[in-house]
Amino acid sequence: MRYQAPLKDMLFAMQDLAGLSTVTALPGMEDYGQDTAQAVLEESAKFCEGVVAPLNWEGDKNPSSWKDRVVTTTPGFKEAFAQFAEGGWQGVIHPTEFGGQGLPKLVATPCAEMLHAASLSFALCPMLTDGAIEALLVAGSDELKNKFAAKLISGEWTGTMNLTEPQAGSDLAAVRARAEPQADGTYKVFGTKIFITYGEHDMTGNIVHLVLARVPGAPEGVKGISLFVVPKFLVNDDGSLGARNDAWCVSIEHKLGIKASPTAVLQFGDNGGAVGYLVGEENRGLEYMFIMMNAARFAVGMQGIAVADRAYQKAVTFARERVQSRDLAGSDGPVAIIHHPDVKRMLLTMRAHVEGARALAYVAAAISDVAHHAAEPAERASNQAVYEFLVPVVKGFSTEMSIEMASLGVQVHGGMGFIEETGAAQHYRDARILTIYEGTTAIQANDIVGRKTLRDKGVVAKALCGRIAMTEKDLAAHNDADCTAMRLALSQGRAALEESIDFILANGKSDAKAVYAGAVHYLKLAGLVLCGWQMARAMMIAQDRMAEDPAFFNAKVVTARFYADAVLPQAGALAQSIRQAGASTNRMSVDLF
Amino acid sequence: MKILVAVKRVVDYNVKVRVKSDQTGVETANVKMSMNPFDEIAVEEAVLLKEKGVATEIVAVSCGVSQCQETLRTAMAIGADRAILVECNEELQPLAVAKLLQSLVAREQPAMVILGKQAIDDDCNQTGQMLAALARLPQVTFASKLDVADGMATVAREVDGGSETLQVTLPAVVTVDLRLNEPRYVTLPNIMKAKKKPLETLTPAALGVDVAPRLKTLKVSEPPVRSAGIKVPDVATLVAKLRTEAKVI
Repeated sequence: MRYQAPLKDMLFAMQDLAGLSTVTALPGMEDYGQDTAQAVLEESAKFCEGVVAPLNWEGDKNPSSWKDRVVTTTPGFKEAFAQFAEGGWQGVIHPTEFGGQGLPKLVATPCAEMLHAASLSFALCPMLTDGAIEALLVAGSDELKNKFAAKLISGEWTGTMNLTEPQAGSDLAAVRARAEPQADGTYKVFGTKIFITYGEHDMTGNIVHLVLARVPGAPEGVKGISLFVVPKFLVNDDGSLGARNDAWCVSIEHKLGIKASPTAVLQFGDNGGAVGYLVGEENRGLEYMFIMMNAARFAVGMQGIAVADRAYQKAVTFARERVQSRDLAGSDGPVAIIHHPDVKRMLLTMRAHVEGARALAYVAAAISDVAHHAAEPAERASNQAVYEFLVPVVKGFSTEMSIEMASLGVQVHGGMGFIEETGAAQHYRDARILTIYEGTTAIQANDIVGRKTLRDKGVVAKALCGRIAMTEKDLAAHNDADCTAMRLALSQGRAALEESIDFILANGKSDAKAVYAGAVHYLKLAGLVLCGWQMARAMMIAQDRMAEDPAFFNAKVVTARFYADAVLPQAGALAQSIRQAGASTNRMSVDLF
Repeated sequence: MKILVAVKRVVDYNVKVRVKSDQTGVETANVKMSMNPFDEIAVEEAVLLKEKGVATEIVAVSCGVSQCQETLRTAMAIGADRAILVECNEELQPLAVAKLLQSLVAREQPAMVILGKQAIDDDCNQTGQMLAALARLPQVTFASKLDVADGMATVAREVDGGSETLQVTLPAVVTVDLRLNEPRYVTLPNIMKAKKKPLETLTPAALGVDVAPRLKTLKVSEPPVRSAGIKVPDVATLVAKLRTEAKVI
């Protein structure tokens, strides 16, 4: 089914909500104004719609396959990746110093959203390569950067992130892969890594694995992990490919979704040891990973928004065509199901969640740009703190909602939704991984409770609530029925969030188990309210600009109103659960299950 | 060899157009606009000629509102070297555009002018032909294959009966058809480079061209809604109905 990048909404979110003009006013960002952003998004859309989207179904029907340690990707993926690389799209956000385009994150984010929406499986390769590039640029030596960064950025090679092992998923302290120092400064790496996305494939000449491993004598736990570059093929000083390294794909997984993405088990060192190069300093591997992880988690949040939007577009198309049952208001014969209130409710729910989550994510992307490029260190630091608070929200909330929205997408299709060939089922299956990888929802929740709320005593969280309160004042000034309804819903939502922050601060130390039992609901509450906040801002702007584009802005106002009426009321329930459910969770002893 | 390529900003081919309620035309407010698809093929052909070493400079031209600059930037992102916008807020019909292009041909002296065979908004298929007549240049239309050598262009044309190959001396006007090439996807680096390429803005007055429309649109309406078919008892009834009701024979 055809995908159409929702350029109007993306440009609206970028310009009006996230503040593109603020970003382009930053030092070094002057070239990326409205005209450029629009041109970039339009060409990105053409590529994603024309080249990538048609491969999505093919990827599901004809996934990657493994034979004799070699992986063959879905027919068409290799050519599409070559076009992607040629188009310069891998380098969107990376420094011009290494051949990237250096675009602001705010402009790169819609491009990523479109690519994910076109095909989640295909887009995973560039996404993981981004992670490898970031890790190298953050911590790698000049020698490593010069050898590997440019070819990763150009798309000539791809990259992988190797953290997980059979006994170490959420708990990276349990990583056992080891790296033995050699006389020439390199290391020999041994171990097994699992769930390695695009760990092996046939699309490029080399694959650059970033691997977490322990050096002998390293401290226990997370403080003893180092980061290594382990290329599939060694690279000579002149840049040419050398010997095949001792890193082999022993199998790929047979999965529920994102089937075309080869999920590899990689065996390092079965034949004497894989040559690895230390990134940065020994024992600081996890620290480097965490710097890169913000970008990776944000990217997965974008995947959620993307697949939810893809599912929504498909559901709307179906609902317009499928004719069943008379209109409740009376009709001569049966009507298209889009006329029925329950179908409208489902579609509006999908639309409201996608638009709200997109708005929040783009706002976060702009904050990240300010955090990187603002002249004043204090401004950079304060924006970075807000961005870091929003990252688990964008990841956790957008992904959880994407599964629900993809499920609604199937529901709108009725029986046909359950039939694979219709295509709705694929979005539902593809979405299911999003709450699991790159840190499960619980891990995001632990992060937002532990690191992002308790650690600074709720300062950033409360400051965001303060900004929501300012928006409520703006709503009060608008004074029409829609803004009034939104103001009431938003203030109740904010109150629920503030109450929950207080609960966490009060009980975080004394009853940690009760607090963490409610952590996921706290994450969902934060997402619900913060996305509602953006929809409130969108409502007012849409009202002010109504005459410019009545169809678009009217839809925006009504969608925002629906968010206020039907989505925000969940806030109170979540707050209650956060406060209450910890006790019974604690009470249920393990042997009673 | 210099090539002039004309590009038009039109309603995007994906958009389901609606007629304005006052029936004066099609609704274009807030509707997605793009480069005319045939013009993309024209720009692509010019760029291919440059990559082959045949052309040395590609100048993209567009006539219309100031937003046509976006279309010209796209042309430059595909590979045009510079662009000219003839800015005009009034309706521009093919004859007016042909006259504007004629004055630019006189100014730029290109060896070839390449245009899309028609625009998807008006489907006129006139501008290239009128330009050739006004500028006294040979013309080859509906090109599906183009070779340039020794000051001549050898062009295969799509015609009703199949394909016809003509040869013309340069300078000449060529209009392009669907099968000539497949336009490339624009790369991100080229989008950024295009921002720095020169874009000159002129006006019809500055070129001394009278662009007043010669045709007046009286009414634009949607095609009639398709009604149910009927069965006829015999051929005589069929013929009668075609004559008196459908009025097609």
